[in-house]
Amino acid sequence: MTKPVKQVHLAAHFPGVNNTTVWSDPRAGSHIEFGSFAHFARTAERAKFDFLFLAEGLRLREQNGEIYDLDVVGRPDTFTILAALAAVTDKLGLAGTINSTFNEPYEVARQFASLDHLSGGRAAWNVVTSWDAFTGENFRRGGFLPQDQRYDRARTFLATAFELFDSWRGDQIVADAASGVFLRDAGPGRFAHADRHFDIAGQFDVPRSPQGGPVIFQAGDSDEGREFAAAEADAIFSRHSTLAAGQAFYADVKGRLGNYGRSPDELKILPAATFVLASTDAEARELAHEVRLQQVSPATAIAFAEQVWNRDLSAYDPDGPLPDIDPDPGENTTARGRASVRMYRDPIATARDWRAKAEAGNLSLRELIIGVTARQSFIGSPAAVAATINDYVQADASDGFILVPHITPGGLDEFADTVVPLLQERGVFRTEYSGSTLREHLGLPRRAARARAGGTS
Amino acid sequence: MPLPRESVLTPAPRPASQRPPLHLAVALDGAGWHPAAWREPDARPADLLSAGYWADVIAEAERGLLDFVTIEDGLSLQSSERRGPDQRTNQVRGRLDATLIAARVAPLTAGIGLIPTVTVTHTEPFHISKAIATLDWVSSGRAGVRVKVSARRDEAAHFGRRALPAGPELMDDLFAEAADYVEVIRRLWDSWEDDAEIRDVATGRFVDTRKLHYIDFAGRWFSVKGPSITPRPPQGQPVVAALAHRDVAYQLAGRSADVVFVTPRDSASARDIVGQVRAAQASAGRAGQTVHLFGDLMVYLDLDADRAAQRKARLDDRAGQPYASDALTFTGTPAQLADLIQDWQQAGLAGCRLRPATIPHDLAQISRALVPDLQRRAAFREKYRSHTLRGLLGLPRPANRYASIAVPEEAARS
Repeated sequence: MTKPVKQVHLAAHFPGVNNTTVWSDPRAGSHIEFGSFAHFARTAERAKFDFLFLAEGLRLREQNGEIYDLDVVGRPDTFTILAALAAVTDKLGLAGTINSTFNEPYEVARQFASLDHLSGGRAAWNVVTSWDAFTGENFRRGGFLPQDQRYDRARTFLATAFELFDSWRGDQIVADAASGVFLRDAGPGRFAHADRHFDIAGQFDVPRSPQGGPVIFQAGDSDEGREFAAAEADAIFSRHSTLAAGQAFYADVKGRLGNYGRSPDELKILPAATFVLASTDAEARELAHEVRLQQVSPATAIAFAEQVWNRDLSAYDPDGPLPDIDPDPGENTTARGRASVRMYRDPIATARDWRAKAEAGNLSLRELIIGVTARQSFIGSPAAVAATINDYVQADASDGFILVPHITPGGLDEFADTVVPLLQERGVFRTEYSGSTLREHLGLPRRAARARAGGTS
Repeated sequence: MPLPRESVLTPAPRPASQRPPLHLAVALDGAGWHPAAWREPDARPADLLSAGYWADVIAEAERGLLDFVTIEDGLSLQSSERRGPDQRTNQVRGRLDATLIAARVAPLTAGIGLIPTVTVTHTEPFHISKAIATLDWVSSGRAGVRVKVSARRDEAAHFGRRALPAGPELMDDLFAEAADYVEVIRRLWDSWEDDAEIRDVATGRFVDTRKLHYIDFAGRWFSVKGPSITPRPPQGQPVVAALAHRDVAYQLAGRSADVVFVTPRDSASARDIVGQVRAAQASAGRAGQTVHLFGDLMVYLDLDADRAAQRKARLDDRAGQPYASDALTFTGTPAQLADLIQDWQQAGLAGCRLRPATIPHDLAQISRALVPDLQRRAAFREKYRSHTLRGLLGLPRPANRYASIAVPEEAARS
């Protein structure tokens, strides 16, 4: 039996505050002026993308006790910029990361419900949880959350937020001027929730929004993160770079959905991917190497090594061999506020592995870093890139991709102009939006009010 | 009771060219401030949660070249009771976050200032600082924030994080916390110097870290390290506003605000309030800084004064009782309102913030009748002459408190 042809989902990640973003390029524009965001969003909508995505970090990163200055620094408030982008787009989904540790459900729920109203049903929430005291220094409660409670907090936060979204059924506003009846019944929005994270009760003040609540994204890759996504999320951001790894992840996560009474279509798997385009594959490979050199400058190479070695390596030559000393064990105090540090759970083993790779390939420190920090990337002519994207999707390595351009704000333009038409010609990507909400773009079923979970009344 | 000042303190009327510019604002809340406003034939009660409604309403205010709009908000469902929810079904209930309404409308407007209301009692100063900074970025310098405290138990229960003590010291504490809050958001706005972003390709440095500053605020209610994640906004410091009815709030205004909304009953009480706010400014060491006082007025406007009175009577009748406003209620013609506004300006107010009883009727009376009347008197602007809210209000772009080298105000971004 032939498998039905899947439709590709595409999203655009506004270039972030990490070294993927090449700010040193003469074409690179502002990372904070609204014109950059508007340009990027309009390009994504012109290309009929599912959504735009904006990441968040709540404290400027530091390295060696100083604010880290080699990458883009500074970004806007997620909710505010997404609400403004709703004014310059009509259909594009508007997704943002909002932290469940340094926020409270009532406020976040009213912000997402408001964003969903103000965008006509285009809001999405990437739920993340921090636990570090470093970020907590910017907030009333400080760093209060033990690391092992982070998914518990996220799950509970999300459940609580949905109790608030669902506290309005959607039919209570009558607004009949003649009879003077505004509300069908008194007291919509009533809620009461008590558990070990939240003890709140009252009346929610934002009536039910077009999507009933934002689309939920989740980015964790751990077993706990996959389980959380299978239970709660509408889409998962992953970072698996090979076809085989992508297929394994896809099968694993989709296989968990049945445990929650969900069908495989109800969770989209969308890995992040960079891309480099040129008229021929050979030119693209050459260009991609230049981009990698821009992304990993000599100073950036040292900085990356310091994140593993957990010590000052400024005396080392980035074009020389790797440090011969071992990483400083224990808590990483060199780099703070950087999620990637957590990937190096065993720094001594990582250093050993990197040294072996460098010796085997006769690589300098910088060359090694360029290799080991490479992400999923589509490099080639538009035809080759379109074919690869489609192959990954049809082979169930993903349901589509979140594209991460390296130039702000014009880095998506070429993809929109060259790759998207080829995907459309293949009949695997929309030529017009068929719906108006993000749930419709993603092919997700309408969200019914969730059954009330335990701990509520 | 406020005492009338000696007449010698009353400034003599001056020719139009020498008068300080008059400032006008509109306070937006749902279908208008009267509880029965949503039942008027031209009201759009089913659209109050849509972007289109707010875009239209704020475009109407911008047509009147007003300095700014404020947008009401709170952390609970609207209620006719001051202390908690009611069970009414005959008034507008349900609303959207005011900061996000302002952001949604910002790209669609070009001249008018946008001042959402923010409750400071339960929210994070770090989040609100970057939200208002971002509103300033998306509006190219037209953002402000009206800070408001919450003493309501139902709002505290929505957060479940603090019990508000009963007792006379509660309001003093809430306002002291609000002053700390404004201090934090202002420090965060300054935590990036304007030229911190250097993009120095030669050294690979995107920012000059010497121009990013920890704010290291430690107070009774919170500590905030900084710097902000959001670069210093176009105005440097977006406009901070507060509504004040009494001394504790005048103290907050004197210490923290650029704009204060006050509720005089007449020009004598306006003069008295101006004196109190100026005294609060002086005791906060801000005597030399511009703090604009706007007199709040609840307005029912028609070209025929009798019609305005009849409309008010009809609205009150439909609501079942007269609407009791904390602000003085004005019922009459736009020309009569212009007289009152000018009278209050003579008393030392910068202008008025008008609360339209109904939208769109009373709002359109402001933008299409009151403003042209004031323009004929050469008392109000003929066009926007600044692209920023601070510019409209005649407030300088402040130097950064952390800047190592003082930057002259003229060097501000245009």
